[in-house]
Amino acid sequence: MSDGTPPPLDPTLTAMIERMVDARVDARLAGFSAQVEEALARLRAQEGPQRDQASILVFSGDFDRLISAFIIATGAVAMGIEVSMYFTFWGLVALKKQTTFAGKTIEEKMLSAMLPGGPANTGTSKMNMLGMGPIMFKRVMAQNNVETLPGLIKLAQDLGVKLIACRMAMGVMGIKDEELIDGVQYGGVATYLGDAIESKITLFI
Amino acid sequence: MDTSPEASVVLDCTGLNCPMPIVRLSQAMRGLPSGAQIVIEANDPAFRADLEAWVRRFGHVILSFDQGATSRATLLKK
Repeated sequence: MSDGTPPPLDPTLTAMIERMVDARVDARLAGFSAQVEEALARLRAQEGPQRDQASILVFSGDFDRLISAFIIATGAVAMGIEVSMYFTFWGLVALKKQTTFAGKTIEEKMLSAMLPGGPANTGTSKMNMLGMGPIMFKRVMAQNNVETLPGLIKLAQDLGVKLIACRMAMGVMGIKDEELIDGVQYGGVATYLGDAIESKITLFI
Repeated sequence: MDTSPEASVVLDCTGLNCPMPIVRLSQAMRGLPSGAQIVIEANDPAFRADLEAWVRRFGHVILSFDQGATSRATLLKK
């Protein structure tokens, strides 16, 4: 034709060409859409009903640090986060309800005598002033309507925070199972790390 | 307690400080249906900031916030 466009095709031929093109496109896309489906499935699995997790390792046995740890833990539960707290070394004091001496070696007995009997007996990391510091802080906290440390620990348990005592540290510090509050689980470093690696929030207090 | 979705539940958190107001709030929210309203009163100095962070996390809406010696917030559950 004089304007350069090709002449119209026979309709049957057109239909056949369209079918061939469709078949080719489908074939090329098949592999691609399978990949997209797989990627979407993996994304959905990650966004799934899993809750965000927080893993708090409590190494300190100081009154002020323990208060921080439990406020963060209980606040995290209020934010819809699943919380595990691991207590090791000095942090184990937070889980103590009593001190026993039966069945312990001399070193263990000495350690037991020197450790605070429980969270209510802990000293502050600074300005302890032979015990005056915590007394003053507790008064100021009461005036400011801040929950007490034993109160926060109980609240954490009631809210479903997992409290896990480090077996190894218990052995080193000479702390026996019967000295700890009920509802405590036991674990080792792998227990902590298994949870920590899945947690969006990991803290060392 | 009225269980119709438009009824307000009032949560009195006066005298409670961090983290108690949001702890109580999250517990109360769990029992409410979507679209329910809840009123919370608190005099915790951290209350406003904590409430905004908490609401942002879950997608609920703060319908009103009256700041005062005791602050009063009305929330809508998503």
